Amino acid sequence: MDSHTAVAAKPHGAHAHPGYGELRHHFESFDQQKDSATIGMWVFLLTELMFFGGLFLAYFVYRQWYPEAFASASNKTDLWLGAFNTTVLICSSLTMALAVHAASMGKRILLVGFLIATLLLGGAFLGVKAYEYHDKWIHHEVPGEHFECEGCKDEVHTPLFFALYFGMTGLHASHMIIGFGILLVLIWQAWCGKFTTKWYTPIEMFGLYWHFVDIVWIFLFPLLYLIDRTGRTLL
Amino acid sequence: MDSHAEHHVVPKSVYFAVFFTLIALTWVTAWISTKDLGSSSLNVAVALSIAVFKASLVVMFFMHVKYGTKLTKMIVCIGIVWLLMLLFIAMMDIWTRTWMGVPGR
Repeated sequence: MDSHTAVAAKPHGAHAHPGYGELRHHFESFDQQKDSATIGMWVFLLTELMFFGGLFLAYFVYRQWYPEAFASASNKTDLWLGAFNTTVLICSSLTMALAVHAASMGKRILLVGFLIATLLLGGAFLGVKAYEYHDKWIHHEVPGEHFECEGCKDEVHTPLFFALYFGMTGLHASHMIIGFGILLVLIWQAWCGKFTTKWYTPIEMFGLYWHFVDIVWIFLFPLLYLIDRTGRTLL
Repeated sequence: MDSHAEHHVVPKSVYFAVFFTLIALTWVTAWISTKDLGSSSLNVAVALSIAVFKASLVVMFFMHVKYGTKLTKMIVCIGIVWLLMLLFIAMMDIWTRTWMGVPGR
């Protein structure tokens, strides 16, 4: 096979980890290999989009049916804490974008640094989230036997809002926790110098995943925190 | 293949510009939500428009779709169409039930 001999002739053939990070024989070029990975990752992200989409649909249906319940329950969330947490998550998206940039420039220490920053900012986000969950827990705002929603309208249906709140933010948080696991592996691999300017596909693909998780939050924030802050529906 | 050369010219300044826009819009949308715009659906429309704009910035610049291949762009667009089909076809039922006075709702 022609492409096989072409691979053998490349200087990267003598890499310390044979097969890892090299041009696979079924691809014409590094560009084509990377484009294929990008498309595969996007197809995965679209399945994720539909996964979250089901929850968003449930949210829209119940919000349409019980607007007062959703409006008054949403006012129980902490608007400014939510905005702060959105800011933290966007910061982690920036450090992730800069990590991909550092990888493309072949700056190993900078790459490791930005990946660690992404991990820490993600941790800070989940820390604030844990505080919010705890706050809801002690105020009996978790759906169940002891559920209470002080001063809420349509109390029969307010648990629906909180069920979706915990379901959606919980699914989002579990994606971040999975992301932490992958990040730890990537930090180790980057530290060991496994990535080159020609091949840093895992960093770039993880970047796509991380930004996707950020986008989910960009929609969760207005939908869960910003319903009817002026109290118009409740008049 | 046109993507490779462009992949490496995304300057850091673009990332920072996108970043500051995202942060600013986050606080703008939080602040606007406390203002009565005259109808609650207008508040919803503003909040969701800002969210869509923020998400587009992330997709285009942080996720490099602007610099990606045509095939990637197509896949992203089709995925969004698919999500909108899920949401809008289901919501068509929910919205119109009250208009038509269908029994059961």
